[in-house]
Amino acid sequence: MSDAVLQVEGLHKAFGGVQAVADVSFAVAAGEMLALIGPNGAGKSTCFNMLNGQLAPDAGIVRLAGRDIVGLRPRAVWRLGVGRTFQITATFVSLSVRENVQMALYSHAGRLRALLQRFGAVFRAEADALLAQVGMLDQAERPCGVLAYGDLKRVELAMALANAPRLLLMDEPTAGMAPKERVALMELTAGLARARNIAVLFTEHDMDVVFSQADRIIVLDRGELIAGGTPAQVRANPKVRAVYLGSAH
Amino acid sequence: MTFASIIIQLLNGLAAAASLFLVSAGLSLIFGVTRIVNFAHGSLYMLGLYGAYTLIQALGRTPLGFWSAVVLAALLVGLAGVLIEVLVLRRIYRAPELFQLLATFAVVLVIKDIALFVWGAEDLVGPRAPGLSMAVEILGKRIPAYDLLLIAIGPVVLGVMWLLLTRTRWGALVRAATQDREMVGALGVDQAKLFTSVFFVGSVLAGLGGALQIPREPANLDLDLAVIADAFVITVVGGLGSIGGAFLAAIIIGVAKAFCIGIGTVTWFGFEISFSKLTLVVEFLIMAVVLVARPYGLLGKPQALQRLAADPAPPLTAPSWKIALVWVVLLLAVPLVADRYVTILLTDIVCFALFAVSLHFIMGPAGMVSFGHAAYFGLGAYAAGLLFKSAGLPMEAALLLAPLCAGAFAVVYGWFCVRLSGVYLAMLTLAFAQISWSVVFQWDSLTGGSNGVFGIWPSAWLADKTTYYYLALACCGTGIALLWRVLFSPFGFVLRAGRDSPLRAEAIGIDLRGFQWAAFVLVGALAGLAGSVYAFSKGSISPSTISIGQSTDGLIMVLLGGVETLTGPVAGAAIYTWLRDVVARHTDFWRAVMGGVILLIVLLFPQGLVGGLKALFLRWKEQRA
Repeated sequence: MSDAVLQVEGLHKAFGGVQAVADVSFAVAAGEMLALIGPNGAGKSTCFNMLNGQLAPDAGIVRLAGRDIVGLRPRAVWRLGVGRTFQITATFVSLSVRENVQMALYSHAGRLRALLQRFGAVFRAEADALLAQVGMLDQAERPCGVLAYGDLKRVELAMALANAPRLLLMDEPTAGMAPKERVALMELTAGLARARNIAVLFTEHDMDVVFSQADRIIVLDRGELIAGGTPAQVRANPKVRAVYLGSAH
Repeated sequence: MTFASIIIQLLNGLAAAASLFLVSAGLSLIFGVTRIVNFAHGSLYMLGLYGAYTLIQALGRTPLGFWSAVVLAALLVGLAGVLIEVLVLRRIYRAPELFQLLATFAVVLVIKDIALFVWGAEDLVGPRAPGLSMAVEILGKRIPAYDLLLIAIGPVVLGVMWLLLTRTRWGALVRAATQDREMVGALGVDQAKLFTSVFFVGSVLAGLGGALQIPREPANLDLDLAVIADAFVITVVGGLGSIGGAFLAAIIIGVAKAFCIGIGTVTWFGFEISFSKLTLVVEFLIMAVVLVARPYGLLGKPQALQRLAADPAPPLTAPSWKIALVWVVLLLAVPLVADRYVTILLTDIVCFALFAVSLHFIMGPAGMVSFGHAAYFGLGAYAAGLLFKSAGLPMEAALLLAPLCAGAFAVVYGWFCVRLSGVYLAMLTLAFAQISWSVVFQWDSLTGGSNGVFGIWPSAWLADKTTYYYLALACCGTGIALLWRVLFSPFGFVLRAGRDSPLRAEAIGIDLRGFQWAAFVLVGALAGLAGSVYAFSKGSISPSTISIGQSTDGLIMVLLGGVETLTGPVAGAAIYTWLRDVVARHTDFWRAVMGGVILLIVLLFPQGLVGGLKALFLRWKEQRA
């Protein structure tokens, strides 16, 4: 797959004697929604943290649009056009929703060093446009510290979109949300991804969300990829059934 | 150095390490379980010394009298610790961490004055240990027998602590609470009892450390802050919460200090290096190196889990221009109606206001608590004085260049500091302040040593107190306005964002450390400006402008006013400076009065004065609506 936005080859990571991720390879194409699933402890988050530079892999290659990004710091990876949302939301709780998004816009434009300029006026319209897209414009003035969890996930999505990313990494984007909200958020993400040609890699526990929103699914078990393909293929795969339902079935 | 003298210095170092270890182990234990940085721990050590002194007199100078006095003093100090825990700290365990710190500062002030009242201001020299006053000959040198006993006591206490912590139910609870305090609470353990008992044991260790020193060191009123600085260094070098780490660190530092004294002055390549002068600095150098190499200390682990992190900081609101204007007009008008005395007091207040605002900038919005902010204030003051007196610059040039000098030091210190966070960062700032203080204190030929620098007077056109007040108001007012302005710029937002979530900041491409470093330099320079203006208003400066006392004054001002509002630190600086002035004119025991007032405020307004008044005002408005 030469037009892959993200290409991962032979990724390895061990913690002490525990092989958390072993020889994982996959690729995500522009505009594609790829779900990474697997039982708890399968190595999904470890895998994620290696993709954006938070964790250094023991071996393997991570290519972003053809460029090897292993060894880069998260902030450098972000500058190359990778947006990220976290399993446990990480926002600036004392700043308002709009200011959170403005921070990302300022950073994208490289204009954070100004000492005397007033923060509020610049990128306001752009921030509001992003907030409108994720349905958070009506809460733009509220501090993130008082938001409901599902709303924080939306703010994170808006921040991730602020640097016009080629790739979105979303670690359990719907954890902690009500079932209805979950599908809505991922529908929104899928729509944005297709419209802007963004590649999306996400992990998810809610199988309704995964099977209704992902274009492709890859399955991780004990650090290894055991299956991959369209939702229908994965659903039919006996190995996947064994992992999720137990071998007796 | 000969082999014999190396051994002797080693033994000296180990003897000194014993008491350091006892104090630090207590501090570490208390911090591990309660998460409180107990500034009053050094005061408990001081009480141990004084207590032992008095008890030995009462019980007689026999071996039995001496040792009962030591043990009794330690137990009484333990009870004092329990008293502090029950009366003060227990009521504010749910308050923000920094407020607990303020409470322990207040306790320091109160205990110092209790000691002054009971034992007087003179140093009290204790007796030698009966039966152990002889010296033992080792390799041809004489070593006091008591020192050898101290060397043995360290490992014995370590062993007892180890047994307590690993073989008793209490120890299991302490270790569990050190790892995860909320979980222990959730499992139904009575936290209040556990905390009180930990405070008792920790305080006994501090008291014992002090009492054991009575044959070696006179009891005096400066021990509290001197010892707390040592104890901080040792706990941080060893790793917070690690008793074994404290032991290791105490030995390293005790021995390093002893060797500095033993080596004396050495000439290398034509340079004369006085190692004995390094004793005040060496522990802080060790700490700086250890923290940069191992950010959690030698045997420490990353800070324990804390699920119920303090509430997120509330959004910052900019002060209103109109209200600020009213204040400026009022401040300009004061000299027209007030006397010279008020004008001088106001000049002090203005300097300390900028000092406090610069400290607030770094510890509030930027989230980096500094225990050593006086470094920049004092270095600014000294730079001003030395540029004026020694370099012969005009007063105006010295006044304006001094902040740049302070900023230059902040460039160096800040580079190390932004690599750490939380308590470790705070301790490293303290270390740098102490290094600065020691150098200034000992470099007689340049800084005048303990006497300081005299004859730093403003130019003739500024000599009038009222004119100088206007100059101070202009300089410090501009500084404060600049800092407040920066907080609402993109740069200031980055600092607030970085405090809220370093993870997210990194994930949106921000190099947080670079911004934090720049913030350090900015506040360093402005604290230096405050020091520079202060120096010319006083006409002289002394090392106390860099001391721990000055740093804690700054913290008290900020915390008293409230760390969550911008105007709080200004109000805190004004109230603290004014109150100290008023109280000091009426009583010798002004510290106790100040400490009492602070404790009252801590217990009544856990968000600081301005924060508390704001909350009251909001409640009043809600009731009317």
